[in-house]
Amino acid sequence: MYNNPGDSHTIDTYIKNGGYETLKIVLNNLDPQKVLDEVKDSNIRGRGGAGFPTGTKWGFLAEEETRYLVVNADESEPGTFKDRILLERDPHQLIEGMIITSYASNISEAFIYIRGEYAKSARRVQAAVQEAYENSLLGDNILGTDFSLDIVVHLGAGAYICGEETALLNSLEGKRGEPRLKPPFFPAAMGLYNKPTLVNNVETISAIPWIVKNSGKNYAKLGTEGSTGTRIFSLSGHINNPGNYEIEMGCTFREFIEDLGGGVRGDKKVKAFIPGGASAPWFTEDHLDIKMTIDDVAEAGSMLGSGAVIVMDEDTSMLKAAKSIVSFFAHESCGQCTPCREGTTWMETILDRIENGRGRTSDIDLLLDISDNISPGLDWPPKMTTICPLGPSAVSPIVSLMQYFRDEVVSLIPTKVSL
Amino acid sequence: MTWKKTVITDAKKIIEMYPDKRSALGPLLYLALREEGYVSKESITEISSLIGITEAQVQSVATFYSMYKQEPIGKYLISVCKSISCEISSSSTVTSELIEATGISGLKTDEEEVFSVEEVECIGACGGAPAIQVNYETIEDIKEGKVKELCDWLRTNQPKVINSDELQDKFGGRKSFDWGIQDNLGSTGPYPGFQTYKTIGEMS
Repeated sequence: MYNNPGDSHTIDTYIKNGGYETLKIVLNNLDPQKVLDEVKDSNIRGRGGAGFPTGTKWGFLAEEETRYLVVNADESEPGTFKDRILLERDPHQLIEGMIITSYASNISEAFIYIRGEYAKSARRVQAAVQEAYENSLLGDNILGTDFSLDIVVHLGAGAYICGEETALLNSLEGKRGEPRLKPPFFPAAMGLYNKPTLVNNVETISAIPWIVKNSGKNYAKLGTEGSTGTRIFSLSGHINNPGNYEIEMGCTFREFIEDLGGGVRGDKKVKAFIPGGASAPWFTEDHLDIKMTIDDVAEAGSMLGSGAVIVMDEDTSMLKAAKSIVSFFAHESCGQCTPCREGTTWMETILDRIENGRGRTSDIDLLLDISDNISPGLDWPPKMTTICPLGPSAVSPIVSLMQYFRDEVVSLIPTKVSL
Repeated sequence: MTWKKTVITDAKKIIEMYPDKRSALGPLLYLALREEGYVSKESITEISSLIGITEAQVQSVATFYSMYKQEPIGKYLISVCKSISCEISSSSTVTSELIEATGISGLKTDEEEVFSVEEVECIGACGGAPAIQVNYETIEDIKEGKVKELCDWLRTNQPKVINSDELQDKFGGRKSFDWGIQDNLGSTGPYPGFQTYKTIGEMS
């Protein structure tokens, strides 16, 4: 589905390989409702992390004269680099997907919000947008039809939280990237400038041309019933062949890590792996035979999230790993909600003192208590005392650490205080 | 520094791209970086009058995002990723080598104002961990010893344009994915090289 010759980012190569053909058919022969039906039939679920059915999301878009499409290219979940390849290598596929999406939802203005650190990706996308304008694929009366669409490429400036859709909209409005309360601020009803707005991930929108061309039903034949289609997984950590892999959902983590990833570096054992980005609870060797579908992973107590699989070998310090993830969330907390703002920072401080041999015997209970204040009951999926799931995401590594590696933590805490 | 007419013209063009003026706030802060390398008080005043919001509102946004630097920084901003995939791939060694090679740590700059060094969160180069960026141009899988070579090269050559492909070839290792054909565009300073902000340079 995602094809990459060396200059795949240029319009000539894209068109040579059949690019924008689907768009022509859509604009000339397909009713917008038919496009929406295909997307619903495909059962594709959002590739940003939450896994919400895309067709349903589109269906929620409120009727109003002005509506917007915003593509979320703020990929920042640690371990994830799958949107980057699509932005840098196949920007026209994304643009074609955006035009089809906008046509289906009667939208005439769209934005791509790309994180500021993805400068090269943003340059590639912007160059592609210009090529599209020059070829009558964007702007007024696209390909001589009545349909018009403008795309603005907007850069973020270093804030993970802007990957949360309502924070992204605030950021795009020139505000601090603080998530909005839902309700009432469901983007499909009150989004950008309080207008109905579709916010979709890069990978989701990039799949739209294939779905419309080959039919939603054919897309749904790929993968499994609940997790249709292919998906790009980013594999990283202590692995022989890290990288992006586009596969049909449904294989096991063992097959993915061993067959595609070439196994753990240095023939070591898997100590733990994260199945869906830094926010996801960890899995261990015992979970390797779980299927890589949204529902199977959820049932096993974690999430497929952004599709980032991070492998940690037997020599990894799990305390350090947890601290890295908790520090990430402490740094990226937007500061609106007290449990998250204070809790993530406290947890970072406590993990730091354990790492440096100054841990206290009460620290394990304290870490779990703070976690419980952010995410009452420590269940998965988490209950929240916060506006958005960032706080509970910092609880994931703490709960996993205590569930699987408590002894390792205990061994780091001195039993006697040296004077 | 009060903004020159040309900068104001650039700012007005950017404002026109958006349905609402305030959406241009982020891009205008990038123009401030382009002009001075950081968000100065004068830039805040200029932006507040161009957009029609208070200086406090501009400041509150400027301080929220980590890429809008509040103090002057060096010509080359080196950012070391310390998130999980890089952390378990010895990113802390990269940071130590960098501190040794540049003689600085934190967002301070050295006497010649060549370098600033920072640790950052995930830059989406996890398949090529450990990864760093120079002026937001990525180098994946930078190996021990290469950090010093990079700093020496930057100090000696002082390139006007920093380009990811060139840096990767010289100092990088395994990539997260095949980058395809090389391009010769890059950043002209310690901010992202992006057309709208006229911060793209072409390598000679």
